[in-house]
Amino acid sequence: MLWPNSSYPCLIVEAIMKFVLRLCAFLSVSMLAGMLYAAEKNDALKIGVIAELTGDIPAVGASCQNAVLLAVQEINEAGGLDLPGGKQQIDLHIEDSANKADQAALTAQKLITEENVLAIIGPNASLGAVPASAIAESGRTVLITPWSTNPKTTLDARSGKPKKYVFRACYTDPFEGHVLALFVLNTLKFKRVAALYDVASEAPKSQTDLFRKSFTAQGGEMVAVETYTSGDRDFSAQLTKIKAANPDLVFLPSYYNDVPLVVRQAKRLGVTAPFLGSDAWSSPELIPLSEGAVEGFYFANHFAVDIATPAAKRFIAAYQAKYNKLPDDVAALSYDACGLLFQAIKQAGALNRESIRDALAKISSYKGVTGTMQFKEGSGDPIKSAVILQIKNGKFVWITNAEP
Amino acid sequence: MTYFLQQCLNALQLGSIYALIALGYTMVYGILSMINFAHGDLFMIGAFMAFAAATLLGLSFVPTLVFAMLAVALLGVLIERLAYKPLRQAHKMSVVITALGIGILLEHLTLAFSPYPRHMPPLIAHFSWNFGGLSLSSLQLLIIFLSMALMLALDWMVRRTKVGMAMRAISWNITVVPMMGVPVNRIISLTFAIGASLGAAAGTMYAMAYPVIDPYMGIMVGWKAFISAVVGGIGNIRGAMIGGFILGAVEIGTVAVLPSTYRDFVVFSLLLGLLIFRPWGILGTPRPEKV
Repeated sequence: MLWPNSSYPCLIVEAIMKFVLRLCAFLSVSMLAGMLYAAEKNDALKIGVIAELTGDIPAVGASCQNAVLLAVQEINEAGGLDLPGGKQQIDLHIEDSANKADQAALTAQKLITEENVLAIIGPNASLGAVPASAIAESGRTVLITPWSTNPKTTLDARSGKPKKYVFRACYTDPFEGHVLALFVLNTLKFKRVAALYDVASEAPKSQTDLFRKSFTAQGGEMVAVETYTSGDRDFSAQLTKIKAANPDLVFLPSYYNDVPLVVRQAKRLGVTAPFLGSDAWSSPELIPLSEGAVEGFYFANHFAVDIATPAAKRFIAAYQAKYNKLPDDVAALSYDACGLLFQAIKQAGALNRESIRDALAKISSYKGVTGTMQFKEGSGDPIKSAVILQIKNGKFVWITNAEP
Repeated sequence: MTYFLQQCLNALQLGSIYALIALGYTMVYGILSMINFAHGDLFMIGAFMAFAAATLLGLSFVPTLVFAMLAVALLGVLIERLAYKPLRQAHKMSVVITALGIGILLEHLTLAFSPYPRHMPPLIAHFSWNFGGLSLSSLQLLIIFLSMALMLALDWMVRRTKVGMAMRAISWNITVVPMMGVPVNRIISLTFAIGASLGAAAGTMYAMAYPVIDPYMGIMVGWKAFISAVVGGIGNIRGAMIGGFILGAVEIGTVAVLPSTYRDFVVFSLLLGLLIFRPWGILGTPRPEKV
């Protein structure tokens, strides 16, 4: 008792205690109700999607959304997903991350705790996928990112071990950096390379580092490494510097929205070396935005329309019929992410997050649109190959395959 | 040497854009002592208007420029009348927050119409001259000379015409001037119209030089132009022009010497350093001659 001689504060303390007790009782009842409600909702086959529908790369989010809608439509029109207890319709919940790290984390949290989804597909860009995957890991919910190639997405930042609940449908940056370095040295036979990348964006930064590591280890020389910051429009100073270094090739792992600006300014400033890009170039928007300035340039990608397998051809035809345009790599990978998830749900036997996770990790060989894949032992990274494309006559043309 | 000249040319091109936008900040500040933070977004709307004129109406360069300038001038006046005028007697902070809100409104309004980055068609024929490694393009010449012409015209108007005299008078003392028969509201609207149309001209040229436009393009450029205005002495027209060119030179110069990562760090340090030693800017005075 704080004031033993006075009864007045005692009354206050008592009142507070009573209030706290009541609050506890109320909270426990409502939590119980919430859990019951959640358990009931878990019976529905609800899947969350996080896509970059607005923000600086809306074409990426749109492709992801289109492909997921197509995949779900195919299943639902066939009556639903085949489960032990009969066919069940899939319920989609799509959220926009605006390609912002905080919004991606927030929507992941919302999907897990409020919407009670069984699993999440997306975000696509590493900027949002890295924070969202941390939320999914702590919320014990499967998250499959179709397009995030950053190693940090599937690795735990503190322990350095693979995350248990995070998977991806694409290859990783170290792999891409390595195959691009080999392509430049062995196929193009260039030794002097310059690089220009966005320091404020996760993927380009790590891709440049990894490319540089592989390229210099194999005997190449980086003659200039220049940077810019997201949102920059003027690259004249950097390009003038690159021109003065006289490289054989310029490595530009930027997103499709920056590439046209850089290559057109490079043309104006008289840079004649070809450019080499990453998978972030692959949006069809790149061609009209660049007005021919990307002609003859190369980039690595997850899939090529012109060497499609029968499964891929079926997907391309269905996508074209529904949206009247060719699917890009984000669409193909999102479709594969859905395919992987649906197969895992079918094999899980039970509709809960834990068994879906275990079934997904055990998939031995999934034949997707972007090739055959299986997850590495104890990791969410699949084993799969990359393709290298060249832009010829305004089209992405397959040049070579790069095996893991 | 060629390398140095090429970088100077790059700096001149970037600097003239910053200078044109900085004029909008400085004019409004000069006359009302408020910072119109929506100005960067008016610049963005200018680029989108030019885009609309060039693609939907199929206009050539001069009509496109005029259309964008007129449309944005109208928008500038509308914003002043609807959002700022009712707050003229309110606390300065309220107006600044309103301006920030208007900026966000304009961004998201554009976003609602066009979430995708748009591609600006080329409006003038592209020529490139090469002098021993130094590339000079028709677009660069156009941007540098047109900006100079617009700035000189504005400078002449403010110093030599009756309207300019009215602007300078309002900036001197807004309470006494109406008694001399100066139509204060009309002059303030005109100031907004001119500032906004210069921003639209900058937006049009910017969209031609960096031909992918999106609703967020005005934010960073707007901040840089605002810094230009402060560096030159906010409220002072010649100061804004000088500030724009200084900022362009500092940006390009930083990237030419240091790793480009340091650029924004150097630019904002310049602002901080200047604010410590000369808070009224280069051409400003502690009691500045405004507009």
